Amino acid sequence: MSVSVRVPTILRTYTKGESEVSVDGATLSEVLDSLDASFPGIKGRIVDEQGELRRFVNVYVGSEDVRFAEGLGTATADGAQISVIPAVAGG
Amino acid sequence: MSPDVSLPPLVEPYPELTVDEVRRYSRHLIIPDVGMTGQKRLKNSKVLVIGAGGLGSPALLYLAAAGVGTLGIIDFDEVDESNLQRQIIHGQSDIGKSKAQSAKESIAEANPFVDVVVHDERLDNDNVMQIFADYDLIVDGTDNFATRYLVNDAAVLLGKPYVWGSIYRFDGQASVFWAEHGPCYRCLYPEPPPPGMVPSCAEGGVLGVLCASIGAVQVNEAIKLLTGIGEPLLGKLLVYDALELEYRKLSVRKDPNCAICGENPTVTELIDYETFCGAVSDEAAEAAVDSTISVRQLESWLDERDRGERDFVLVDVREPNEREINEIPGSLLIPKGEFLSGEALAQLPSDKSAVFYCKSGTRSAEVLAVVKGAGYADAVHVGGGVSAWVSQIDPKQPSY
Repeated sequence: MSVSVRVPTILRTYTKGESEVSVDGATLSEVLDSLDASFPGIKGRIVDEQGELRRFVNVYVGSEDVRFAEGLGTATADGAQISVIPAVAGG
Repeated sequence: MSPDVSLPPLVEPYPELTVDEVRRYSRHLIIPDVGMTGQKRLKNSKVLVIGAGGLGSPALLYLAAAGVGTLGIIDFDEVDESNLQRQIIHGQSDIGKSKAQSAKESIAEANPFVDVVVHDERLDNDNVMQIFADYDLIVDGTDNFATRYLVNDAAVLLGKPYVWGSIYRFDGQASVFWAEHGPCYRCLYPEPPPPGMVPSCAEGGVLGVLCASIGAVQVNEAIKLLTGIGEPLLGKLLVYDALELEYRKLSVRKDPNCAICGENPTVTELIDYETFCGAVSDEAAEAAVDSTISVRQLESWLDERDRGERDFVLVDVREPNEREINEIPGSLLIPKGEFLSGEALAQLPSDKSAVFYCKSGTRSAEVLAVVKGAGYADAVHVGGGVSAWVSQIDPKQPSY
């Protein structure tokens, strides 16, 4: 199961500037593990020490917020686009 | 995907337009969806723009040009040279002037038919309800999380819709929040990031023209809400990536567990937003107590180091791009992230003390918490950072 993950500007220091990366995983949890294996440290910016999604970062599979689906257990179909959208406050 | 929402116009039409106004707005009047009725609604509208900065600049100018009858501007800040790269409502001759006043003057030139109300003060718990009460719609262009949660909560408590926009470097986000008809900001982001985790534009930068991309979306949504046309961005999050030049719309659900607009709200009045969002983390604040030196102290410490009377390592914890602008002489660069990940600790000498600085003293306090936790008890940081150094010790260097 290969999915593409859109990386926001703020996390591109982990992906050497890449804005979109391909990783494997059948659920969001597997996708984040696979992402962290390629780009160490990035998972910790999305998931907290208790293993829960951080409250100021939203993760979308397609156009749906996983908080309203199965959270980290949300299925990620082959070819799914996953977006990580962190809160920013600039104006 | 939630069904698209269509909302009635927010504002009733003003009785008439003058002949001058008809001439001015003719390109709106001949669009069937806007027409005379829509333009009269705009004339009767009262819109408050929070912040006459990056987003507020284009938003105010386009709202004024569009013929919004009353525009409120709230901003306590003054125009600084570093604002002019993006805050196009201000100009060179406005440096040092109140932003709200400067914006009012630009609007008078853009469209003299607009009534401008200047709120030359900081938006806070004491004035927000009274100020918001006078407006039909709010446009949020502030630059910090505390004010954004304040704006949201006041809007929810008053039942007001608002158009939200936010920017950082090349990324922009926008949405419409209106708890009576859809989600609020807390449904999207229940909690702010801990202090230090998400840099501000002052720390991380912002592409100037990104303000126009997102500010224009905010005005687009404001006009649609005021006149009741189109499908508002309610229940949707617009995400813009300027580098890929891509706009995406994601859905935002109303959260039944939302702290303020959910089924069992725990926030029923305004709260302490500075505490909720924090300027520095508790750990950083604690580390900085009795371990903060002034730039004057640092200057004499550096003199003593030159004379061989004192030994310490001075560490700049900013990013390389920032160091290209200015620096405190005799320092070495180790970005904050390398301390948070632990990899930089090995680079600190164990036989002499360390002095940390950043732009303003927030990031260096976080580093201080890390190194003190690792046993460097005598480490200190520089209050006010390189900004204070430039303003007090070395004004020949530029600040940012």
